[in-house]
Amino acid sequence: MIKNISNLGDAALYCDFGNEVNKSINSQVIKYFKTIKEKKFEGINNLTPSYNKLIISYDLKKTNFKEVKNYVENINAEDSIDINSKKLEIPVCCHENFSMDIKRLEEILKLSREKILENFLNKEYFCYMTGFIAGMPFLGDLDENMRVQRLETPRVKVPKGSVALTEQFANIYTFESPGGWNILGNTPLDVFDSSKEDKPNLINPGDTVIFKEITLDQYKNYNE
Amino acid sequence: MSSNYLDIIRPGINTTFQDKGRDHLYHIGIPFSGAMDNRNYLIANKLVNNNLDSAVIEFAYQGPHIKYSGEKINFAITGDVIFSIKKEDTEIDGNCYQSYQIEDGDEINIISTNKSVYGYLALGGELDLKFQWNSCAINTKANIGSNDGKKLDVGQRINVKKINSNKDIKKTNYINTKIENIRVIKGTNFDYFSEEGKKIFYEREFTVSKLSDRMGMRLEGPKIDNIVNTNIKSEGLIKGVIQVPADGNPIIMLSDHGTIGGYPKIGVVASVDYDRLVQMSPGSKIKFKEINLSDAETLFKLYEMETQNLLSQI
Repeated sequence: MIKNISNLGDAALYCDFGNEVNKSINSQVIKYFKTIKEKKFEGINNLTPSYNKLIISYDLKKTNFKEVKNYVENINAEDSIDINSKKLEIPVCCHENFSMDIKRLEEILKLSREKILENFLNKEYFCYMTGFIAGMPFLGDLDENMRVQRLETPRVKVPKGSVALTEQFANIYTFESPGGWNILGNTPLDVFDSSKEDKPNLINPGDTVIFKEITLDQYKNYNE
Repeated sequence: MSSNYLDIIRPGINTTFQDKGRDHLYHIGIPFSGAMDNRNYLIANKLVNNNLDSAVIEFAYQGPHIKYSGEKINFAITGDVIFSIKKEDTEIDGNCYQSYQIEDGDEINIISTNKSVYGYLALGGELDLKFQWNSCAINTKANIGSNDGKKLDVGQRINVKKINSNKDIKKTNYINTKIENIRVIKGTNFDYFSEEGKKIFYEREFTVSKLSDRMGMRLEGPKIDNIVNTNIKSEGLIKGVIQVPADGNPIIMLSDHGTIGGYPKIGVVASVDYDRLVQMSPGSKIKFKEINLSDAETLFKLYEMETQNLLSQI
C-alpha cells in the first residue's frame, strides 16, 4: 500500500511505499503503476516505478496535485491487475574480454572467479524497475556474499551489453553509456530496441531473469 | 526526391531537431526531451504559420550555417540570437521574432546565441523527419528520434516535405527577460542536509558550470553538506529536480535527464521558471528562492496565460 503521497515539485506526485527494498513492496508499486497506466487519467504524462516509490508526473496545463492525488487515493490496485510477468534466459559471456572488473570483484568479495560465476549464474533474479538509461533492468537480489559498492570513479564509457553488479542488484547496459557498476560479462542480446515502439524493452518490471553462461565463440556467433 | 531542401554548411555545436517531446516512456527509461525553452519553441512555429507542435531546429551557443534550395519559404528565429541572411550579393543582419522569406540559393548563418544558451529556427513547412513515439525530438544519449538520434552534421541534407501556403510575414516584440532568482519547491530529501547546508542553498550564489547540457545543469559554489546519507535508493526523477551528490555540488535535471537517480533531492525548480533556467549560460550566477506548491501552481498558470497571450498576438 502507499504509505504517503507528497509532491515532487509542482508537476509530480511522490508515492512512497516504504523504505525497504523487497519483492513484496515492489510488486505493490508495479500493481499501482500498471493500474494507473491502464486507466489513462487525463493529464498524467509519465509514471516511474522504482524499488519502493512511484513517481507520477502530470501536465500542469491540464491538471494539478490535488486532482491527481485524489485520483490515486481512490484507486483500488490490490486485485485488479494481473502482473503478467515473463521468465527470461539471458546469455552472458564472462570471458576476460568482457569481465572488466573481475579482479576487483575477486579482491573485494574474497572469492575466486569460478565461485563468483557459480554464485551469479543459473539463479532467478526479479526485475524491480527499468530506467536510468532506456531499457536498463535493475535485477535482484544477488547473494549476500556478492554485494559490492559502485566503482569510486565511474567509467566514461561502459560497453553496450555489459552485465554489471552493485549492492544487491545486477543490471545490463542497454547501450554504451557512462556508468559505475562492476562489470562481470556481456550479453549479445538486444535488451533495448527503439525500433520496436510498442515493446522496446526485452525485460520489464515484474519479470524473472536467469543468466546462462555462453562461450566466446557462442557469443561471436550469436547474432548470425 | 524532394526539390526543397536545406544543406548544412556548418552544423554548430549542439544542433538537433526538437518538438513537443515524448511522454508515457519514463518507466522504460526514456525522458521527455523536446525543446528546452518551450515558449521560444512555440513562438518560432507561430511566426511561420506552422502548427504549434511542429519540428524546429534547436541550437546551443553557435548555431548552424544553412543553404536553402527550392521554392520560396518563410523562416523565423527565436531566442537571443545573432544571425545573418545572405541573398546573392547582399548579406543582412537578421532580427529574432520576425519571419523572413528566403528562396533558392539563400543562406542563413546563425552565428551565436547572446548571453543565453538555446535558440530556435522554424521553417514555414514540414521537414521530412523520422518520428519515434510520436516525436522527432533527438535524444543523443539514447540515439532516439530523427536523424538516427544524432546531432546535425556537416554536409547533411534535410528535405522539406511541404511548404506552407500561408506566407504572411509576421513579427512580435518579445524580449527574453532575465530572472534574478530561480524559484524552487522543497525536495523530498530536504532534511538530509545540515541547517548550514539548507541556508547556503537558499541564500548563497551558485555558478552554472561548463559541464551543462540538455541532460543536466551542474552548479559550482559553496558546498551543501549532507548529514544523513549521500545516496538514496534509486527512484524516479523529473525535469527540474535538483540533486546533490556526495561532493556537495547541485545538479539540476534538464529535458534529457536519466529517468532514475540515487542522489538526494534538495529541491525542484518550479515549472514557471524552467524556460528561463535552461537559458542560463555557463558562468551565470544563480540564486534559489523557496516557494510553496500553491504559489508555484498559480505562477505557472499566469506564465501559461502570458504565453497564450503572446501567441494570440502573432
